[in-house]
This record gives sequence, C-alpha cells and structure tokens, in this order.
Amino acid sequence: MVGPFAWFKWEALFRDWTVFAEGLKTTIMVAVLSLALALILGIVFGVLGTSQWKLAKLVSRIYVEFIQNTPLVIQVYFLYHGLPHMDVMIPVFAVGVLGVGVYHGAYIAEVVRAGIDSIHKGQMEAALSQGFSFWGAMRHVILPQASRIVLPPLTNQAVNLIKNTSVLAMVAGGDLMYRADSWSSDNLYYGPAYVAIGLLYLLLCLPLATLTRRLEGKTGVSS
Amino acid sequence: MVKNTRNGRRARLIQLEGVNKHFGHLHVLKDINLTVKSGEKLVVIGPSGSGKSTLIRCMNLLEKPSSGKVTVDGVDITAHKALVAKVRQSVAMVFQQFNLYPHKTVLENLTLAPMLIKKVPQAEAVKAGLAYLDRVGLKEKANVYPSQLSGGQQQRVAIARALAMRPKIMLFDEPTSALDPEMIQEVLDVMVDLAHEGITMVVVTHEMGFAKTVADRVIFMDDGLIVEENSPQRFFENPTHERTKSFLSRILR
Ligand SMILES: Nc1ncnc2c1ncn2[C@@H]1O[C@H](COP(=O)(O)OP(=O)(O)OP(=O)(O)O)[C@@H](O)[C@H]1O
Ligand SMILES: [Mg+2]
Repeated sequence: MVGPFAWFKWEALFRDWTVFAEGLKTTIMVAVLSLALALILGIVFGVLGTSQWKLAKLVSRIYVEFIQNTPLVIQVYFLYHGLPHMDVMIPVFAVGVLGVGVYHGAYIAEVVRAGIDSIHKGQMEAALSQGFSFWGAMRHVILPQASRIVLPPLTNQAVNLIKNTSVLAMVAGGDLMYRADSWSSDNLYYGPAYVAIGLLYLLLCLPLATLTRRLEGKTGVSS
Repeated sequence: MVKNTRNGRRARLIQLEGVNKHFGHLHVLKDINLTVKSGEKLVVIGPSGSGKSTLIRCMNLLEKPSSGKVTVDGVDITAHKALVAKVRQSVAMVFQQFNLYPHKTVLENLTLAPMLIKKVPQAEAVKAGLAYLDRVGLKEKANVYPSQLSGGQQQRVAIARALAMRPKIMLFDEPTSALDPEMIQEVLDVMVDLAHEGITMVVVTHEMGFAKTVADRVIFMDDGLIVEENSPQRFFENPTHERTKSFLSRILR
C-alpha cells in the first residue's frame, strides 16, 4: 500500500518544480496587480463613501454591498463565462486581476471609509477654510492621518487577497492552485502537491500577517 | 475708547442678504441681512443654539445657506459654480477646537497651505511662518507637534496659521471657549493685538471685556434672528430689547 506522501511522489514534484514556479509567478503577479487595483478602488470609493455628495455616497454603497454580499467565485465566473456572451473577451490573467481587485476593493473601501470617519470633521473644515479643494484636503490632511489607522486592516486585506487569488484555479488561470490541481490530477499525487503549495501560500502571507500584528501593536500603544 | 464706527467710505467686505438656513425642519438662520466693512471688528453674541456658528460659517461657506446671497470681497460665493476655495484663501477661520493638523509640526501647520495653495516657495513660507509664530510668542515651538502644546498655545498657533495665509478677513468661532480659564487671556491678547492692526474681524465670543475694548459693533442673536445691533457702549449700557437684557444679566452677573 502506497501512502499519500510516498517519497517517489515528492521526487516527481521536485522534478516538475518549474510547473509550480510558473504558478507561483502567476499568483504573485495577479496578487500585486489586483492589490494595486484594489487600493485604487478602495481609496476612491472609500472617500466617495464619506463625501457629502449623496449620489457619490450611493454609488459607493452599492458597489460595496453588491461585491461584499456575493461570492467571489460567482463574480469571477461572470467575468470568465458571462462577459463573452456580451462579446467582451478578456484573457484569464486579466479576469484574475479584475475579479480579485474589484472584490477586495470593496473591502478596502470600507476600511478606508472607517479610517476617514475616525478623523475629526474639524480637520476637513480647517483645510477647506484655508482654501484646499476637497481632494486636496483629503490628500494632504485627512488621508495621511487616516492611513495610520487604516494600515493594519489594510495589510490584513492583502493577506486575504493573496489567498483569494486561488479562485483563478476555477477558471484555469495558471496560478499556484491551478498548477497543483492539474499536475496532481494527471498523476494523482495530491498529497505533496497541496502540501507544497500550502507552504508557498504560507510563505507569501506570513510576513504580511506578522507585519499586521506589529502595526496593530503600534497603533494600540499610541492610542 | 473712540472708534470710527460709521465710516461710510470703507468697502463692504462681507454682505449677507436674506440668508436663511434650515437643518431639516430646524430654521436656524431667519432672513439675515448683515454687512461687515473693511477693517471693522464685529462681535457676535447670543445664547447657545441661537445660530452664531452657523452665521459665521456661512461667511466662508462651510455652511451653505438654504437661500439668500453671501458676498465676500466682491464675490458672490453662493452663486452656482462660485470659486469658493479661492475666496477662502483670504478668509481665515479660527475654531473653538483649534483644529491644528496633528500630523504636522507647528511650523508645517503654518506653511502647508501657503506652499500648496498659494505656491509660496518653501524658504519664504518658512521665514514668514517663523515670523508669525514669533508674533504669537511661540517661535521656540516651531518644531514640536501640536499635541505637545497647551490649549492656549495651540490656539495661538491656530491664529498664526490663519495669519500665514495673509487673509483680509478673520473669522473666530468662540476661540476661547475650549480653554482653561488661565489660558484665555494669552489668546485674547493676541486677538487684541490683531484688532489694532486693522484686519477685518468677525468674532463669536462671550468675552465681554474683549467685545467692549475691541468691537466696533456688537450683534446679539437669538433663535436665528439678529435681535439687536449696536455699538458696544450702547449695547452693554443701554440694551433695548428684553431678550438682550435678560441674556446680559445672565452672563454679566
Ligand atoms: N450640521 C447640523 N445639523 C443639524 N443641526 C444643526 C447643525 N449645525 C447646527 N445645528 C443646529 O442649529 C442650531 C444653531 O446652531 P449653532 O451651532 O449655529 O448655534 P450657536 O449659536 O453657535 O450655539 P453655541 O453657542 O452652542 O455654539 C442649533 O439648534 C443646532 O443644534
Ligand atoms: Mg457655536
């Protein structure tokens, strides 16, 4: 009887290490780009969520609620299977960046909104009264203060985002999860495949998670 | 003290015409008409909730009137697409809660807006900033953060920050109300100094001593209306309205 973690299975895995390296590369690239997208969306919609302008607030609310209350998998399926029916074709890599970015953008928007709301409204008033525009006040007065509060939950979002890039496996996205799936469904060496990529995800996430904890400690001390 | 209260030649810097403000069904300002002339010191008093803050905040459009017209330095700031931010550069405001930027040093608080908004070169902004700090007696605090200062010191920095924009008008909304009693005078001293330099000031305050020595005119607000408007001498010695009398008797007790 051969165990699920038999040595020759590991040997096969190390022999095919380039498969997993490719997957790691794709996962990192999707993570980095979708994090950038999520940050942009999160800041824009987070700020809009705090504005006096009712329409902007509503649009921000709809985005956040819609994205947070539907599964990521369905959103990605929509991009992958749904859009082509509307004659919009996007490569699977872009599906990953867009899907994960838009999804986490909604969470980051909430983090940013809460951060901005925690800054006393007198700060905005002082900046406006000096002649700053709304966005100028945001950039130079509000966001620098909010960023200290927002940083720990933000790095936490980055960790979740990295893990969630694995959704790409469901649309043959070529990421780590997908490579492990396809490699092991050929040879049925599931054990080593999933343990190996599990460790790789851990390697990516653990430093960020540690950073989160550090930052939380810092803000905890100062407040 | 003699003051030139009725100087018709002086330009009208602030003009409110038929200004109303509603918050939901609260009618907070009721058809206000008011003119502030260049160089004038106007003191606004009245009971809590009478609309003083709302009135003064309409002068730089931090509060948008529900109806009526506000003209500042010749610009109708209530007009559609008015360049409000531009006008605000010359209308400085000092707040009850100071509202200094806590992530910036004292000096940076003074140089931020001049550099970013008026595009003053850094060296020049720093030099001017230090001069204004000196003027409020806090030059040695240039490089500390606001949280390291006492309330009175913070408010003096806030006044210096306002001055650093070289405004034509200074609005004060109860600048000493959040201060411990022993710190009130140091802030009032700075304000009295300013008043002597001819800058236009609108001051919401309950500091009657300040009103008496500095004001050209005092208005008394109650329930969204300007109930009484007079020179400080007449206002304090000979108030005509019942509501003014009872308010004064309460605070001058
Ligand atoms: N943003 C707001 N939303 C709703 N109501 C408001 C708002 N701002 C002010 N009010 C109400 O308008 C009325 C006038 O307020 P305002 O702050 O102008 O009074 P005030 O004379 O400055 O009082 P105080 O001496 O307490 O500062 C009050 O009843 C207040 O509760
Ligand atoms: Mg007030």
